[in-house]
Amino acid sequence: MTVLALSVLVPMIAGTVLSLTASVERRPAAAATAFAATLASLVLLAVALAHVGDGRTVVWWGNWPPHGRVVGIDFAVDGLGGGLALFVTALALPALLMAGYAIRASAQLFYGVCLVFVAAMVGYCLTGDLFDLFVFFELMSVAAYVLVGYEVRERAPLEGALTFAITNSVGSILFLFGIGLLYGKVGALNMAQLGHGLQAVGPSGLVCVAFALVSVGLLVKAAVVPFHFWTADAYGVAPTPVLILLAGVFSELGLYGFARVFWTVFEPALAGHHDAVRAIFVGLGIATGLLGAVLALAQHHLLRMLAFVVVSQIGLFLVGIGLLSADGLAGSAIFVVGDGFAKAALFVCVGVVTHRYDAAGERALHGRARALWPLGLAFGLAALTVADLPPFGAFLGRSLIEDAALSAPGWAWVPAVMALVSALAAGALLRAGLRVFRGVGEPASRDARFTSDEAGGDEREDVAVGVPAALAGALVLAALVWGLVPGLAQSVTAAAARFTDTAGYAAAVLGGGSGVAAPVVPHVAGPGATAYLYATATLLGAGVVAWLGVAGRSVPRTAARAVDAVRALHSGHPGDYVAWTAGGAAVLGALFALTLR
Amino acid sequence: MTVLPYLVAAWLLVVGLWGTITSRHLVQQVMCLTVVQSSTYVLLLAVGYRTGGYAPIVSSSVPPSSPFVDPIVQALALTDVVVEATVVAVLLALTVQAHKRFGTVDPDRLGELSG
Repeated sequence: MTVLALSVLVPMIAGTVLSLTASVERRPAAAATAFAATLASLVLLAVALAHVGDGRTVVWWGNWPPHGRVVGIDFAVDGLGGGLALFVTALALPALLMAGYAIRASAQLFYGVCLVFVAAMVGYCLTGDLFDLFVFFELMSVAAYVLVGYEVRERAPLEGALTFAITNSVGSILFLFGIGLLYGKVGALNMAQLGHGLQAVGPSGLVCVAFALVSVGLLVKAAVVPFHFWTADAYGVAPTPVLILLAGVFSELGLYGFARVFWTVFEPALAGHHDAVRAIFVGLGIATGLLGAVLALAQHHLLRMLAFVVVSQIGLFLVGIGLLSADGLAGSAIFVVGDGFAKAALFVCVGVVTHRYDAAGERALHGRARALWPLGLAFGLAALTVADLPPFGAFLGRSLIEDAALSAPGWAWVPAVMALVSALAAGALLRAGLRVFRGVGEPASRDARFTSDEAGGDEREDVAVGVPAALAGALVLAALVWGLVPGLAQSVTAAAARFTDTAGYAAAVLGGGSGVAAPVVPHVAGPGATAYLYATATLLGAGVVAWLGVAGRSVPRTAARAVDAVRALHSGHPGDYVAWTAGGAAVLGALFALTLR
Repeated sequence: MTVLPYLVAAWLLVVGLWGTITSRHLVQQVMCLTVVQSSTYVLLLAVGYRTGGYAPIVSSSVPPSSPFVDPIVQALALTDVVVEATVVAVLLALTVQAHKRFGTVDPDRLGELSG
């Protein structure tokens, strides 16, 4: 289908042309081209998604359909994959708008690389071939390295981009090594055919090693503990428009890839071991959520704080995916979009404040942004979204994850931990918001780990506020409206049921699927009393955490020491982060070998 | 087909990772990363190798029904080389910038980010 090809090709070609002609910079034309290409991709994806409906669209490029064995390369689009691609383009539009304000030099090249980044992310969401997935994965990674280090004249962005690139490259190589092992075993690269071949192999040692390597590659991207170390360094230095895309969808794409690969490639081999897989990945999700939230609370550097809030939310998404049920996955999908808009709004607000007052620390910024109250309002509302405020989209998604956890035997305690994670993370955001935008309480105490950021410069009047504030407001509004779409929970759950229907996917791709029964779609009610209970607890908890923070209550010395020791692990040295990645991969492989065989 | 190429691939992976972890010079660190990458090339080619197989080019000089080595992994390795060359180019460009602007290629001395 031409529409699917064009949804990747239009931004890809436009991006290439803009990059090639970057030496003759025509800024307005470049901006208009970037907008038009992204908008075209968005419309094409919407058309394709309408065509997918409640089925799947499978396209074989170059007209090489499978005859018994797969030879060609396919796009296999379903509701969740296509929907995520649509969300990528929807979030790229505000990012391009912000680029008009945040990028001062060589804007045309920036627009060009941005378009390639978007095209790679869209292709990644749609493909049905494991090696194709890897190539799009690498393309979006390389584009992201360039975009993070775009302000290369300064020390911090350069260092952050290097750390980001080295850590993520190691993850990609491990991913490819896993693909090589799988190809050696099965002789296929199509995900459906791989799953079919691995079913006969069963959970052998080789499958466990390959699963660990592929998972690590994707979880590095997703910033799951202990592969998250690059996040704060990259997010702390990237330009605001890049942060909108990084925080909104980039990490989430790692989780999408993991879910896709698990349900198509590995599920047939591991069908009897769902309990072990669930325990490992829900455990990883909870560890990620708690660590991210605690580190966010310990941060006084606004961008790094937001980075750790992103990590904590990733943990919650992974819990929904790791529960291995259609309603849990649907919850994560809704949560990702609702939360993505809110995080984009948070980064816009913080980006404006840090540039205008030339500081990023809570102490230096104390009370300085009082005049920018519209930004403060958007920041506060977005922070409350993180704290599970009904009826925002994030609340709807979380209520589905909570219901999925409550109905899974042995996991009924998970929603309480999720509430704790959100309360801590949102409490950190509210504390920072109250201090920076309202000047509440005493200035934050000195942070021994951030001494370069004490003073803060003069106010820079030339940093625009009006349009970014309107943009932040629009993003918060989108997060709200997302939760009010009628019938959203049920239709996304149906899409998630198709996503987790391994046999149906294989039949649609490989053909001959007339005998496969349609997946059972669990009926989901709207958010019930328990959802409102957890939301109230989270909001109250966030309020208490913020109040304690603003009032300057110090934490017990042992706790402070422990948190400081964990912060010291985030050393900023890429070598250390690679060591954590390699060690984590080894531990994950050992865990799989012990529990899945 | 022996197990040797797989051992070589695993060795390159481990020794390259060790170098990436311990290196204190950015150029050296990036080169160590290319060693890790090489492990995937060796693995892919080993996977597709057939003892006594011909190069996968069909012509009249090759007897029919003779064994070929797998051309798909060779295409994958080639794609992989291109993709990883891009990554290395970006990393080296950043390294050159680090040297030009801040006069150091030691990731420790660049250190502004931590905690």
